[in-house]
Amino acid sequence: MAKDELMNYEQALAQFEVVIGLEVHVELNTKTKMFCGCKNEFGNEPNTNVCPICIGLPGSLPAVNKRAVESSISIGLALGCQIAPTGRFARKNYFYPDLAKNFQTSQYDEPIAFEGALEVEVPSGNKFNVLIERAHMEEDAGKLTHVGGATGRIQGAEYSLVDYNRAGVPLVEIVTKPVFGAGAEAPELAAAYVRSIRDIVRALNVSDARMERGNVRCDANVSLRPHGSEKLGTRTETKNVNSLRSIERAVRYEIQRQAAILAKGGSIIQETRHWHEDRGITSSGRPKSDADDYRYFPEPDLVPVQPSIEWIESLRAALPENPAERRRRLAADWGFSELEFRDVVNAGLLDQIEETVAAGAKPQSARKWWGGELARVANAEDKDVTELSITPAQVAELASLVEGGKINDRLAREVLTYVLAGEGSPAEVVAARGLEVVSDDGALIAAIDAALASQPDVLDAIREGRMQAAGAVIGAVMKAMKGSADAARVRELLIEKANA
Amino acid sequence: MSDLIRKNASELVELLNSKQVSSVEVTQAHIDRTNAVDADVHSYLHVSPESALATAAEIDRKRAAGEPLHPLAGLPIAVKDNLTTTDAPTTSGSKILEGWVPQYDATVVAKLRAAGMPILGKTNLDEFAMGSSTEFSAFGPSHNPWDLDRIPGGSGGGSSSAVASFQAPLAIGSDTGGSIRFPAAVTGTVGTKPTYGAVSRYGLIALASSLDQIGPVSRNVLDAALLQDVIAGYDKHDSTSLPESLGSMVEAAKKMDVKGLRIGVIKELTGAGFQPGVQARFNESLTLLQNAGAEIVEVSCPSFEYAIAAYYLILPAEASSNLAKFDSVRFGLRVTPEGNPTIERVMAATREAGFGPEVKRRIILGTYALSSGYYDAYYGSAQKVRTLIQRDFDAAFAKADVLVSPTAPTTAFKLGEKLEDPLAMYLNDIATIPANLAGIPGMSIPNGLAEEDGLPVGIQLLAPAREDARLYQVGAALEKMHEDVWGKRMIDFAPELEVK
Amino acid sequence: MSEITPDLVRHLAGLARILVTDEEVEKMTSQLSLIVDSVATVNKAVAGDIPATSHPIPMANVFREDVIEPSLSQAEALSGAPDSADGRFRVHAILDEE
Ligand SMILES: [Mg+2]
Ligand SMILES: [Zn+2]
Repeated sequence: MAKDELMNYEQALAQFEVVIGLEVHVELNTKTKMFCGCKNEFGNEPNTNVCPICIGLPGSLPAVNKRAVESSISIGLALGCQIAPTGRFARKNYFYPDLAKNFQTSQYDEPIAFEGALEVEVPSGNKFNVLIERAHMEEDAGKLTHVGGATGRIQGAEYSLVDYNRAGVPLVEIVTKPVFGAGAEAPELAAAYVRSIRDIVRALNVSDARMERGNVRCDANVSLRPHGSEKLGTRTETKNVNSLRSIERAVRYEIQRQAAILAKGGSIIQETRHWHEDRGITSSGRPKSDADDYRYFPEPDLVPVQPSIEWIESLRAALPENPAERRRRLAADWGFSELEFRDVVNAGLLDQIEETVAAGAKPQSARKWWGGELARVANAEDKDVTELSITPAQVAELASLVEGGKINDRLAREVLTYVLAGEGSPAEVVAARGLEVVSDDGALIAAIDAALASQPDVLDAIREGRMQAAGAVIGAVMKAMKGSADAARVRELLIEKANA
Repeated sequence: MSDLIRKNASELVELLNSKQVSSVEVTQAHIDRTNAVDADVHSYLHVSPESALATAAEIDRKRAAGEPLHPLAGLPIAVKDNLTTTDAPTTSGSKILEGWVPQYDATVVAKLRAAGMPILGKTNLDEFAMGSSTEFSAFGPSHNPWDLDRIPGGSGGGSSSAVASFQAPLAIGSDTGGSIRFPAAVTGTVGTKPTYGAVSRYGLIALASSLDQIGPVSRNVLDAALLQDVIAGYDKHDSTSLPESLGSMVEAAKKMDVKGLRIGVIKELTGAGFQPGVQARFNESLTLLQNAGAEIVEVSCPSFEYAIAAYYLILPAEASSNLAKFDSVRFGLRVTPEGNPTIERVMAATREAGFGPEVKRRIILGTYALSSGYYDAYYGSAQKVRTLIQRDFDAAFAKADVLVSPTAPTTAFKLGEKLEDPLAMYLNDIATIPANLAGIPGMSIPNGLAEEDGLPVGIQLLAPAREDARLYQVGAALEKMHEDVWGKRMIDFAPELEVK
Repeated sequence: MSEITPDLVRHLAGLARILVTDEEVEKMTSQLSLIVDSVATVNKAVAGDIPATSHPIPMANVFREDVIEPSLSQAEALSGAPDSADGRFRVHAILDEE
């Protein structure tokens, strides 16, 4: 549907109630695959992490990865789910060339975890309690590359190539119950929900949770119904929307598209739709029909999973603090503005700042260093900030050197460079390289006089209240003293001189 | 005919271990026999004389050097062609796998190799083990050495006829509903289906995963015991394999004592529907057992009435899923249809051309049994019948230590006789199927000849799960009583085959 | 009488990815009808509350440790394939969604 045919968003919401449902697939970061000992690793040569099991050779049999089960239980617990006393694997039968056995080993009526809830906060500060229907274990499919035709798309391709390295990678699929009442914030809620799932699995350390690599993938169900109607409308399922921003956009688009159709008296086709990031639209995929008869039945080659209470409780005891609760706690402790806090969360700096504060730094200093200079360096080196060779304790030490007046910001940045280069702690670098600020008034006054000699008007300007004129002199002094001057003291001395 | 090939495996083992014959001599004698008779019998789909002789020579060398060897080292064996072998094609009797050389050895094959047993070749079977006559092999039927116009049983007619025609002292079979025991009965040989999980299924091309079990085929009970002790045991690659050892079958076979044992006759598996000669031989064996001090009791298993129906739902359902992987992508046949072939059309055309009529029939039946709207009535009900059958067995085994019945209602029928009548074919398995549904062990041993046609008759012994040893104890004892009566082994009544 | 119709057989064959001719559909319809009528008797057996048995020998919690085991080489993996290119299995174009 062309953009101008969509219904205006506000109008759509005025006419219809939005119901969404989300299915999130999380790839676990186990060492090996779900049912075989092949490496679970991204980016290897095609078909090198494969064996008779994950390419579905005749006669091969699956064997369940214990760690994947533990990770799945941990996810279930973190989502407040009940853990099934008996979980079962089931076969989901359908033909597709990326599915080595032409059935996916998944779970059906006895998932490992069920009936949980997750509180999700949207940017407005509104909070929604999203009910989780189930979280189940399954295996990923291989990767298809379409060759020939336009831009690697499936349509018009001459042939396709299959790499089964990803086939059998463990997945946990988390399915919500229908979410009502988000209204205009449904798109934001969808994105915030996926972000929450991502944060949780990251905090649990059960997934790398890198959306750009497909570690976390979202299918978004959207349906509309007239306000006051009891009956759910026909839903569409938009597949594999792989960034938080596109989840929001795709849901918004579907609301506007469906509203336009319904308002004209049309009906929604129950179908799979595909999101096109470039064009900002969804397009029709396969209609859901009785061809989707997956003929689930219990996997006869695997026996049930019956986790003991002790096993579940030991996993529960090992759960990290719930990310949402932790954020609430830290926001209250640190006193950042809402915007500052959100930036810190988005940049994934909570751990660093928390540890830096614990090492004695003020929260604002910790935020300033991690969110500023260190984030810049990490970005330039295409690294995660956690991969930099500097510890939170060292950042705290740096902050305390600045606050104690031993170094200024400029020197501090220089010190950071040497710390990152492995020259030692900030204090060691300052001592070894003699980077302390000069606050000896005699030396400073001499430098000020030298600077004023070339710009004598500055003192008059300061006397007239044009303080910005001081900058040129301060800059010259700093330059002359190679950055080791205490800028605040230079400023004081200059004002004293002008008013003398 | 070389004297060597008529010997029991246990005798050959003694000759080999005492260095009275070499493995090369024994192996060559069997290869010669195959060259002489297999054009008529057609036991093998593939023969491996070079690799068998190479293994034999290696064992002879090791023996001469005094290296420690497995007791069965040097004893040649035939393997059913639904077990994967890296050095020989594995077809499972299907065109769809013609020429496929697997990338891995089945666990059982690996165990045979580790024991130093030369593998003579791969034996014929009904396509994917679906059948009771070997007539559904895509590569032509095997023939019964007792009468070449008759079937050697199925699906393991290749293994049974190989052993009955002295082309191999031992063979591996697989039994999903009687595919080891029925062929044994009609060829005057011994066949055991061990307890489900006693032998690893890894590398067995699955028919119905919850029913399939690999077992020994031989000419006497002790020989079967020797082989079961080689192939049994826990395998981490098969999640349904039993973690515990079931003990030594050889020791059980050597006990040869039935005094005080309660032998249960299953009321529902006698009388009407059983050929007179089959029934008469069965009754005589009961008398022998009673005379030897066993107590004969009658037991009733009313749910057996539904066993065939349940079996012909569960088997096709699981098979329809297991056989989905035969899709022309990773291995096997690819048929490209005319016109504009898409992967969907290529898969459908390949499966049309590659599967025979019985396989297609069962895949479609299984697809039906699992499809939405029919699952509960068919697959679901069948799984409940399975529970009833287990309960029947539990009740019967409360009254009896071992249960007995004729192995099959009739002696070997003529090739072609039941080919167009699937239901009549399915009825053959009436006595063998319940053991597969319940997972319990079963054995068929020679039980004389039916006077009306002079063909072999078998008696089936059944024991509770994990009590395989009882089969060997009672089987060996009854075999001894028979041989005392007959004055020779039953196989020695078989007519001489014409040697080419 | 069972509910096996030619259309159902065609639908099932489609689900099972098996090409069928009209002739085969006809033959299968009659054969399957007979078989289905016969196996449908399982329904009679299971009145009342009977648990289903999916595995003949009850077991639970069989796991593999998360330890890497050797994989096949790329050449081994592709060795049985009807067609391959660039280290991958090559298949005909997929007629399906975008
Ligand atoms: Mg899924
Ligand atoms: Zn693998």
